[in-house]
Amino acid sequence: MTEFLQQLINGLALGAIYALIALGYTMVYGVLRFINFAHGDVFMLGAFAGSFLSPMVNRFLPPQSYAGGAIVMLLAMAICAGIGILIEILAYRPLRKRPKLTVLITAIGVSLFIEYTCQHDKVFGAAPRKFPDLIPVTTWHFGQLVISSTQVIVFVTTIFLLIALRFIVQKTRVGTAMRAVSFNEQAAALMGVNINSIISFTFGLGSALAAAGGILFAMNYSSIDPLMGVQTGLKAFVAAVFGGIGNLPGAALGGLLLGVIETFAGGIPGLSNYRDGIAFAILIAVLIFRPAGLLGKVQTEKV
Amino acid sequence: MLSGAKRLLLLAIVMAAVVSLFSAHFNRYYLGIAIDVGINIILAVSLNLINGHTGQFSLGHAGFMAVGGYTAAKFSLVLQPALPPWAQPLIFFVGLAFGGLIAAATGLAVGVPTLRLRGDYLAIVTLGFGEIIRVIFQTTEAFGAATGLTGIPNWTSFGWAWGGAAVSVFVITCLVNSTYGRGFIAVHDDEVAASASGINPVRYKVTAFVIGAFFAGIAGGLYAHHKSFLAPTGFDFMKSIDIVVMVILGGMGRTAGVIIAAILLTLLPEFLRGFADYRMIIYSLLIIGLMLARPQGLFNFGKAAQKA
Repeated sequence: MTEFLQQLINGLALGAIYALIALGYTMVYGVLRFINFAHGDVFMLGAFAGSFLSPMVNRFLPPQSYAGGAIVMLLAMAICAGIGILIEILAYRPLRKRPKLTVLITAIGVSLFIEYTCQHDKVFGAAPRKFPDLIPVTTWHFGQLVISSTQVIVFVTTIFLLIALRFIVQKTRVGTAMRAVSFNEQAAALMGVNINSIISFTFGLGSALAAAGGILFAMNYSSIDPLMGVQTGLKAFVAAVFGGIGNLPGAALGGLLLGVIETFAGGIPGLSNYRDGIAFAILIAVLIFRPAGLLGKVQTEKV
Repeated sequence: MLSGAKRLLLLAIVMAAVVSLFSAHFNRYYLGIAIDVGINIILAVSLNLINGHTGQFSLGHAGFMAVGGYTAAKFSLVLQPALPPWAQPLIFFVGLAFGGLIAAATGLAVGVPTLRLRGDYLAIVTLGFGEIIRVIFQTTEAFGAATGLTGIPNWTSFGWAWGGAAVSVFVITCLVNSTYGRGFIAVHDDEVAASASGINPVRYKVTAFVIGAFFAGIAGGLYAHHKSFLAPTGFDFMKSIDIVVMVILGGMGRTAGVIIAAILLTLLPEFLRGFADYRMIIYSLLIIGLMLARPQGLFNFGKAAQKA
């Protein structure tokens, strides 16, 4: 029983990070109907931004403090929001009226560009590097259960960000405009919504969440490298499809479920080697049996 | 009498075989690259049948290549000690065909459930299958697990690689130009109109997928016996992207363009060897620039180019 709970906690911590990244995929899909392959790399850039910002912030605030960690995270989120907006303007905006596959391939190109540029020796280098401890690292024992402070931070931050996101999307003007663009772009434009700025905002918001996910991931695994976004990004995408792509609560639910399933599968002897394949097996099963995802609405196709 | 295309095929095979006889006189480095080019032509032309002619965007071609490569390699490794040396070409040929058939069977198993999906969903599911295939090879002890298969006999000569390329170009071109093959193009142009005209889109898509996977499997077998070493990391997502870029650069559904693109993209890394550090950065910028400036492909002219 304790082992079950322990795995559940580890799985939820991993799943929370997937959920944060999956939200970015799902939001971009909602407004532009394409898969932003470079999103996983923005997640990686967030983690690297954190590792570079941490020593700078430590000049003003004591190292390993919660305030310092929060400031690092906010700055990294802002930087990645800028990067996300820049990617959209430079690479995707000129292609908006082109076929979907053209945009998909461009997104793959952008993703490769970020990965290989960052692996270059003059940028970050290909070798993994250690991520600094942003907050005091302690572990609490409840009987045989072990919970680390980084895991608690993952839960607290994720819940906070999910509530904030829900507030932005449901209660603010810009959120209403986002939903309008996602529902019907042309009609939204006719109602005076500035499509371009809403799309930029969506990219910025999604990239900021990915950056937060990147820092939380790095805090938990304490090692970062330029290719960390590839597998994690693909899995987060699977989580978005699992929950129903374009659906925000679905992305969060899909991320949490995927994290838990993957962690439990990793604990079963014999299955642990196939851990990386499980996410894709789920993806295929979902697309075949319930293409709209867990929370998505089934849409009938009109000819 | 043989028709024009068959004469060309025969000529190509004979030429490949003749050049192969003299290959001992060639620089080994250039010969290796020439064999790489031949293998990449097979991969690009076979993916072109799926992506270009039939319009089904697949991102898992490296997975089928892995299936064919591992099967053929295992076949040779098991049978080589048991049979006399004169039987080598026979083992190789049967191994390649066997690898191709297993890859085709995998293509059928993957294609039947997934080809109901369209566009980016199909792309993602094929990507997922490619990754699953790789993970399976990475964890199966019989296939060397993560360290890979070593000591595969080095049998792929210039003649085998280019002969294989000639056969695959011939078969796929004839298939697409046949009455049956018009169906692939009909499915590509308009699925609804095609099914209204009595063409079963799913059947055509699966056929294209199975044939494409078969040739990818052959290419995998040639690759295995060329490098004499197979590692699961060689068949990851990047390899699939490489093949997709060849097809796009050449122009979807343009066989001649795709062949030129396969040759150019195999040679490009060798030319860029001087700036190895920037090679992949240039490559990714090339993809982005190509999509922004000429999404219909570099070697695609005429009506289709205006439509794209």
